[in-house]
Amino acid sequence: METLLCEVTRGVMTLTLNRPDRLNSFNVALHQALAKRLTQAEQDDSIRCVVITGAGRGFCAGQDLNDRNVDPNGPAPDLGESVETLYNPLVKRLAALRKPVIAAVNGVAAGAGATLALGCDIVIASRQASFVMAFSRLGLVPDSGGTWLLPRLAGRARAAGLALLGGKLSAEQAEAWGLIWQVVDDSEFSATVEQLAQHLATQPTYGLGLIKQALRAAETNTLAQQLDVERDFQRLAGRSRDYREGVSAFLAKRPPQFTGK
Amino acid sequence: MSQLILTQHDKVLLITLNRPEARNALDNATLQQLAEALEAAANDASITACVITGNTRFFAAGADLREMAEKDLPATFNDLRPQLWARLNTFPKPLVAAVNGYALGAGCELVLLCDLAVAGENAQFGLPEIKLGIIPGAGGTQRLIRCVGKALASRMILSGESIGAQTALQAGLISDIYPDELCVDYTLALAKTLSRHAPLALQAAKQSLRQAQEVPLQAGLIQERQLFTLLAATADREEGIAAFLEKRPAHYRGC
Repeated sequence: METLLCEVTRGVMTLTLNRPDRLNSFNVALHQALAKRLTQAEQDDSIRCVVITGAGRGFCAGQDLNDRNVDPNGPAPDLGESVETLYNPLVKRLAALRKPVIAAVNGVAAGAGATLALGCDIVIASRQASFVMAFSRLGLVPDSGGTWLLPRLAGRARAAGLALLGGKLSAEQAEAWGLIWQVVDDSEFSATVEQLAQHLATQPTYGLGLIKQALRAAETNTLAQQLDVERDFQRLAGRSRDYREGVSAFLAKRPPQFTGK
Repeated sequence: MSQLILTQHDKVLLITLNRPEARNALDNATLQQLAEALEAAANDASITACVITGNTRFFAAGADLREMAEKDLPATFNDLRPQLWARLNTFPKPLVAAVNGYALGAGCELVLLCDLAVAGENAQFGLPEIKLGIIPGAGGTQRLIRCVGKALASRMILSGESIGAQTALQAGLISDIYPDELCVDYTLALAKTLSRHAPLALQAAKQSLRQAQEVPLQAGLIQERQLFTLLAATADREEGIAAFLEKRPAHYRGC
């Protein structure tokens, strides 16, 4: 069985983590399959939105502990290696991808599964979904951007509570705290995700990519630096075809036809 | 066939390295054309500053390895290349590198030879010669250590690993980082700002800055003062100070 399902429809690439019997947890094969698909998404201009979701009842349970062959009596494993070679590149690629990435969290998102989802541009969760910062319960540290994201999303107090206690956060609570964009009833979940993805795939993708980069830069910039970034990016956006199309459509009172360039 | 594209923007000459099929590798022919272009620009009163750039992926990815491999010890001893580099180095006007993508080996050495370097966000600088069993041969070991200091220069030259634009900025190898697509535009704007100043003052300032690398402080201070004194005999100095006092733009004539 394929560990990752990929479907490209009308500009949307939907990636379904597909190890439902193991709550879609990561092993090396899944990482490799995901890396291959992201290369495709990076290079193919016709793909204008990426959706990541999980098969079955879970979204992603993070690292598959069976895959690491942890022998309690053996020498200490180098967990930094898989973080360095598998998880970190994945997080960086999703952040750098110049197209919107939606995490459609259909069920439990735990460990790296949770931090990965929260790192996507737009997070939609079904009402039954939950986020579990499971790391601390194993003596580990939230990785895949967890310690960077949580204080920014939830504030320091809630970040510390989540990361140190390792408890389960319901989708509704995550929405109330502003960690995610939207909670949707289970019955409407897939339709809502599809509608949102289709909408994004018809928008000015180049401009959306610049917005992603600008928001990312703002995390470390001063106001003065960020104003410069906005000026530079506005220069770039102003050269895009979609900007001209947007203006002509507005003046002609017709719907714009964006190409993403 | 020309491996350079020359375009003039007001008083700034933009030189674009154009050997995309060879990653803009600096073979002898390219260096020769570069030297000729700069010598022509040095004698052209309509040009006050020069910008050198490559393409979006490569500034210049090194020397031409095939050309180098053909040369044994005697041929390397009598190589024309050092003279070509020396000719580039005599260009008396401000020379600015606008770096997108890779500036490696000879490409990095060309950046180091320029007075000023700016880069796109994804630029990479490196001297990977050590990985080939050779060392930098066009100023790499000398100019890099003078601008970034011993620690980083030794790390780069001994490991052969390159650094990104952000590190290059912090270390003092470049002065600005711009978004890739705006790098050349912004560098031209910067060069145009320079080129609005008095041409002789720019040349004197360049000469004085260069001497700072070569002579002890006391000698440098004396030479600086001599250049300063020389400018007192120029019409442009009179114009520059008068324009400032009269709160109007200066009109320099290069004399």
